[in-house]
Amino acid sequence: MNKFLLPLGIFIVLVALLAVGLNLNPREVPSPLIGKPAPAFTVPQLHSPEKTFSPQDMLGKVWLFNVWASWCVSCREEHPILVEFARTGMVPIVGLDYKDKREDGQRWLARFGNPYSIVPFDADGRVGIDYGVYGVPETYLIDKAGVIRFKQIGPITPEVLEKKIIPLVQELNK
Amino acid sequence: MTPELGHFALILSLWVALAQGVLPLVGAQRNQPQWIAIARPATTASFLLVAIAFACLTWSFYINDFSIAYVAAHSNTQLPTMYRISAVWGGHEGSLLLWVLMLAGWAQAVALFSRQLPDAMVARVLGVLGLVMFGLLAFVLLTSNPFERLLPAAEEGRSLNPLLQDPGLVYHPPMLYMGYVGMSVAFAFAIAALLAGQLDAAWARWSRPWTTVAWIFLTLGIALGSWWAYYELGWGGWWFWDPVENASFMPWLVATALIHSLAVTEKRGSFKNWTVLLAIAAFSLSLLGTFLVRSGVLTSVHAFATDPRRGIFILILLAIVVGSSLLLFALRAPKVSLGGRFSLLSRETLLLVNNVLLVVACGAVLLGTLYPLIIDALGLGKLSVGPPYFNAVFVPIMLPLLVLVAAGPIARWKQAELGDIVRRLWPAAVVALLAGIALPMLAGEWHGYVALALALAAWIIAAIVLQTIQRLKAGTGNPPPSWWGMQIAHFGLAAFVIGVAMVGSYEEERDVRMSPGETVTVGGHTFKFLGVEDVRGPNYTAARGSFELSKDGKMLRILHPEKRNYDSSAMPMTEAAIDAGLTRDVYVSLGEPLEGAAWAVRVYFKPFVDWIWGGCLLMSLGGLVAAADRRYRLKARTATKTVATGAMAA
Amino acid sequence: MKRLLALVPAALLSFGLLANEAAPLAEDPVVEQRLVHIAGELRCLVCQNESLAGSQADLAKDLRREVRGLIKEGKSDEEVKDFLVSRYGDFVLYRPQVKPETYLLWGGPFILLVAGIIALVSYLRRRNRLAPDTPLTEEEKKRAADLLKADS
Repeated sequence: MNKFLLPLGIFIVLVALLAVGLNLNPREVPSPLIGKPAPAFTVPQLHSPEKTFSPQDMLGKVWLFNVWASWCVSCREEHPILVEFARTGMVPIVGLDYKDKREDGQRWLARFGNPYSIVPFDADGRVGIDYGVYGVPETYLIDKAGVIRFKQIGPITPEVLEKKIIPLVQELNK
Repeated sequence: MTPELGHFALILSLWVALAQGVLPLVGAQRNQPQWIAIARPATTASFLLVAIAFACLTWSFYINDFSIAYVAAHSNTQLPTMYRISAVWGGHEGSLLLWVLMLAGWAQAVALFSRQLPDAMVARVLGVLGLVMFGLLAFVLLTSNPFERLLPAAEEGRSLNPLLQDPGLVYHPPMLYMGYVGMSVAFAFAIAALLAGQLDAAWARWSRPWTTVAWIFLTLGIALGSWWAYYELGWGGWWFWDPVENASFMPWLVATALIHSLAVTEKRGSFKNWTVLLAIAAFSLSLLGTFLVRSGVLTSVHAFATDPRRGIFILILLAIVVGSSLLLFALRAPKVSLGGRFSLLSRETLLLVNNVLLVVACGAVLLGTLYPLIIDALGLGKLSVGPPYFNAVFVPIMLPLLVLVAAGPIARWKQAELGDIVRRLWPAAVVALLAGIALPMLAGEWHGYVALALALAAWIIAAIVLQTIQRLKAGTGNPPPSWWGMQIAHFGLAAFVIGVAMVGSYEEERDVRMSPGETVTVGGHTFKFLGVEDVRGPNYTAARGSFELSKDGKMLRILHPEKRNYDSSAMPMTEAAIDAGLTRDVYVSLGEPLEGAAWAVRVYFKPFVDWIWGGCLLMSLGGLVAAADRRYRLKARTATKTVATGAMAA
Repeated sequence: MKRLLALVPAALLSFGLLANEAAPLAEDPVVEQRLVHIAGELRCLVCQNESLAGSQADLAKDLRREVRGLIKEGKSDEEVKDFLVSRYGDFVLYRPQVKPETYLLWGGPFILLVAGIIALVSYLRRRNRLAPDTPLTEEEKKRAADLLKADS
């Protein structure tokens, strides 16, 4: 072996690494919450402030926890997909209205349709912090025991729904 | 028409660059003078064509031609002319064109100022530059054409990112690119020497001034970028270890190693392989930086809008350019002679230690920059590597270097004696010890960190003073400019260390709620808030604050920080106001408006912060003095002939 | 310097110039100082590459508020960092934790340095056995001399 080949060898490893890196998204941060119990909270609901919602209420059910807001642009992109999916009734969808104004949130749902079975209202974003939300929309799939099994960061696409969420829901419902 | 003309000039320059790359190289290998003779005219032609393309783009910006997608995305009729012109390089496509223009410009400079070099050598150098240029032009034309039309044309442009609407944009990128791209000349000389199988002291002598000049630009470019970030970003830091900053810093570290090892190769004929490898590495790191910034593999404050196709293209370009160079190196290096013998303690050894430290530091920065990518690629999750890591690993590697800077220039070539070095430097050690103990106490609190840094700076400065006295006393005449240049640059390094240590240890910062008439004092300087008025700029409205700065009851001046809202952007911009001084900056920036006429205000006292950039300026000045050494400007035709025949024979 | 400067406010007071000192923005400067210290080593998630201390993003403000709360509860720096890591992952730490995945990161520069020194020493030894005593060949010397002659 020629020791002068060493720089070339190092360089080849570097290029291979960069080639792999091109296919990764540096901004997508995986959640450490997967496999952990969904953090507990109790907040009022959007439409009826006197009622509250807590993840405990959903124990025994597989459910989707979607974080959205009226000011969020990509939520609008995601919304029709959720509305359609809600019609199948496969799984209850809880939609947390995150750091929003109550009227804005209500108006938004009235306008674009309401796919949610319950809409909790997180005015100051504290629930969002507990769930590690950093870019709405984000969606969590939570199992019967209240454990987070999947997280989608950014809008749900038909592909994610078909390939990831529906199969997982079916498996968890078995 | 103008954009089509520019586009056409670019396409033409692509093929001229190919001719410039291939024919002279083949000609030089086969010793065909007609083909060798093509190198210079082809270089001039490709330079002129790229310059025409660049001028066309600039003109399109000047006349607000929003039928060009790139212009529409980066300019706007409201934009002041100065920023409209510099917006040419405010985005990916145009800045890449600037890159190519600089490359063509450097090649043209080599063609002009290399009359005394053997024609075959010049042909090889220009050929290598032509090939690199061909690759970059293909990249511009295939993935990043700045002349792409927008149909239908936009009514109004989207304007330039407000962060970039600053004189910083006018001078920072051109300087930095001159440095980045200038490394290509050192690279081309190295490849030419490898191709010719003629790696010797003459090669080192020829490439040394070019390398030094490129290094000067790189130093200035980085320093200006740091200064820009300091006053523009509004939180008073001067270096953030952001991937893009690291991308410019890594070539600098290697280039600094290179200018030191070139000295050994030139003077003593040693370390030839190592020097060549550094020349390849410096340019490779410039290209790597381009890849990191433009491919989107890392997140950064400065990242361009990214496109994976571009990433793949640059990666392929990088693989071809650097891969083939390193292969050539592996084939040719084993045959290169070792050069002169020297003992374990000699200037050669000290310069090698300098090189090892600089390269290790560069390796540490590279590791930290790429580590998130490594972990992600291995599927181990995501992590961040930020300033705390870099400070923790970089500083300790640099400390021994600061110790050696004083000893290196004193040690003799070939064989140095420890006793001699100690005899000549002990007063500097005493000065350093006293400075380390006393200076921090005078400045305020005594910290080990600042004591060490100030002691090292004093050590370097005292050694420079001692050497100068000893050298002048020795009666060997006025030392050559390269010697003075080295001393100035080393003094700049000491000044830089002082700035970093002082501002790091004694800076003060206060965040206050201020109503008109109230005062805040930081570092002995008192700011009195006079109020805020609304002003209208060319393309923004601003709340303009007025602060009366005084010290010891004496009024110094009125400072006007601004909070700007650009018409084209929702993000408010903070324009800090700074009173700069030799021993301190005081810095005030407006935060949010609070109830009534009160504002959130942030004030800083930054002792010696300007020494950071002043130090860099001195380093560049030292480089300039060294590069201007007449011995490197070989004008006499007789020498040309001798060297030429010598080169042929070798 | 600081000691000297400390006298300045007193001097100003005695002249009655110190009209009214502006109030700190933070309710509790001690908490704020710790916040800046901790948040400076944390990454703002929504920004491209900024620390939590420097960012003006909405989420960063919320997180600063949260961290302030934790500090007031008497949590240690480590506990505050754990709070964020358990929600957002290691990504938020600008100073990566030392664990198997980061051994190479933290050890790398040291390994490089040691390897560099070993390579240097072995090179110097080998070289001294191999290198001829004359630094330049006769021909090289001649050319160098020619080059120097060209100066004058």
